[in-house]
Amino acid sequence: MSLDGVFDEPAFVPYLVAGDPDRESSKAYVEALAEGGADVIELGLPFSEPIAEGPTIQSAIVRALQAGMTPDRYFTFVEELDIDVPVVCMTYYNLLYQYGDSDGPRSFVERAAEAGIAGFVVPDLPAEEAGPLREACDEFGLDLIFIVAPTTTDDRLATMREVTSGYVYVQARLGVTGARDDVSDQTGATLARVADWPVPKAVGFGIKTREHARDIVAGGADGIIVGSALVDIVARGASEDRSIDTVAQEVREKAAALKAGAIDGGRDRVDSTTD
Amino acid sequence: MTDSHDGKFGRYGGQYVPEALMPAIEELREAYERYVLDGADDFPTELRDRLADFGGRPTPLQYAEALSDRYDTNVYLKREDLLHGGAHKLNNALGQVLLAKYMGKDRIIAETGAGQHGTATAMAAAHLGMPCEVYMGETDMERQRPNVQRMRLNGATVTPVTTGRGTLKEAISETMRDWASNVEDTHYVIGSIVGPDPFPEMVRDFQSIIGEEAREQIREKTGGLPDSVVACAGGGSNTMGAFHEFRDDCAEPRSADDSSGQRPRDHVDLIAVEAGGSSLEVDEERGVAPNSATLSTGDEGVLHGARTKLLQDADGQILESHSVSAGLDYSGVGPELAHLVDTGRVQAANVDDDDALEAFHRVSRLEGIIPALETAHAFAYLEAHPDALGETTIVNVSGRGDKDLETVIEQTRDRDLDAAAALDDPTEGAEGER
Ligand SMILES: Cc1ncc(COP(=O)(O)O)c(C=O)c1O
Repeated sequence: MSLDGVFDEPAFVPYLVAGDPDRESSKAYVEALAEGGADVIELGLPFSEPIAEGPTIQSAIVRALQAGMTPDRYFTFVEELDIDVPVVCMTYYNLLYQYGDSDGPRSFVERAAEAGIAGFVVPDLPAEEAGPLREACDEFGLDLIFIVAPTTTDDRLATMREVTSGYVYVQARLGVTGARDDVSDQTGATLARVADWPVPKAVGFGIKTREHARDIVAGGADGIIVGSALVDIVARGASEDRSIDTVAQEVREKAAALKAGAIDGGRDRVDSTTD
Repeated sequence: MTDSHDGKFGRYGGQYVPEALMPAIEELREAYERYVLDGADDFPTELRDRLADFGGRPTPLQYAEALSDRYDTNVYLKREDLLHGGAHKLNNALGQVLLAKYMGKDRIIAETGAGQHGTATAMAAAHLGMPCEVYMGETDMERQRPNVQRMRLNGATVTPVTTGRGTLKEAISETMRDWASNVEDTHYVIGSIVGPDPFPEMVRDFQSIIGEEAREQIREKTGGLPDSVVACAGGGSNTMGAFHEFRDDCAEPRSADDSSGQRPRDHVDLIAVEAGGSSLEVDEERGVAPNSATLSTGDEGVLHGARTKLLQDADGQILESHSVSAGLDYSGVGPELAHLVDTGRVQAANVDDDDALEAFHRVSRLEGIIPALETAHAFAYLEAHPDALGETTIVNVSGRGDKDLETVIEQTRDRDLDAAAALDDPTEGAEGER
């Protein structure tokens, strides 16, 4: 499934780790995201050294690894999902690089394409080293999404603009992933720097509530990416031993609220421009 | 052989880090080139002066009589254990903390395995008046308690890392996270020749003072170059520090079919000794390599910002490593060292936990030097391969073993090693050995 048209209205892009806390529950939670209004799902493939993640997602990755998630199981997991929403695979470069017998990321991309995956976010792969993966993505028609940080220099911005497709992931603040209580004002400045890029802009890192979602979209984003706030729900379910249905319901409601926030933000933006 | 200035060592190296860190490593590369390579604002002079007066450089190159007797060769010891803090780590820590100061940073973070790098960084930070936070795996905090206390005494905050096995790999990941969050005012003093460019190259430069001095000292003492240089390898910083100045002393690599038994003039063998742990076989079930022999058994991959050799499973998940010595207990290795092993300039060897422990006791008894458990691996190589040393060998004594006493005594008894007897009655054991 491709990412075309996904950002036509303000998009909600949730993130969960595949296989967290186990395969069966995880499948229910990802499907709940779709039911709650997800437009694209960023689905984490767990890597043992997730250096870009904060404690919430790091713990989710540990749970998923302990429950036996592997790249091959990830692909069948995606194939078995009963959803109508494109999936972007979020993982670290070593897993793509090691897959199959071939040298480089091509076999991973080929298998991902077969599983119906729409694209990749690889937080430890800089644009300068992305050549082989970009080529494989082009060959199999997948998107490769890069993250722009508040600290990204103009030179690097120019390089990234050349290689990004699908959307650009605008990192709302410095640091690692994790839900916060405020929305950074770094976001607006970073959005302005990519405003003329020919791809949609999705903002992530620290978004937690419907209000955050509204503010970010009203501030010019085409979509919001939410990870830790959703992973928190899964984590609580796992630690308090609540039923899959109860947790899935909570995920669905949270997703719906965030999607509604994004829509509100779109309306605010339209209103303010027609003032 | 040309020195790398583009962050790549053959197929290894690079900058595989989250975007948020990119500007920091670019800024660091600029500062490294400006102050360290081009010598702006007299940085090299200030560093050299501080290494002399605060650090105690130069360290001696000592002739080791008993070991020379034992192996029927001339063994010289480069005494980095006599450097302030008790290990080679200060060369790099002082260099980086001073550089951070020149860069206008106002906070220092570091990770540590054996605690030696953390200690050196805490000392350098206190010396230069910078606040310092050190991440250390829980397991390592347990087995390297004296160093935890030393860091605290120097005013550093020691933050335990509880993920994974609680060793160096996890501590590095955690420090990278801190750095990504505080990159504008914080410098990450990485502890070995690992991580994204420019760290591997810069740390090597700070450590190459070891080989620079050793080369001059051995010429003074013997009129020539050594036949071999032996050093232990965790990440590989004392290794590359000892090797770098000998990198071009290999005019004619020895050919395999050379039956003359003669060494070509000016060929210096460079031998990196890794931790063979308890076995070189991977425990697939538990996802653990019971060793840290990355150069000998690892595969190419990407970890902690660099492409290098790694202990990993077929999927690319990083394996937990193991070594009785905390400072060697790491699943990766410096990209430059990986490259030099691939191209044949450096030989990778490994010795197991038991042999390292025995060597720890042997050297303590024979030479009156208690080496770090890390260093004991280099000494164990001498015992296992006395014929490979040539007429003159230099062993880099990367650090002293005070920090390891608790571990060594416990492990020696648990494993029922020969040396255990000496722990009960110090008059026993010494005789037969010699
Ligand atoms: C005394 C000593 N030697 C060696 C090492 C291993 O590090 P490297 O391989 O970077 O020299 C350590 C690390 O803590 C150490 O403390």
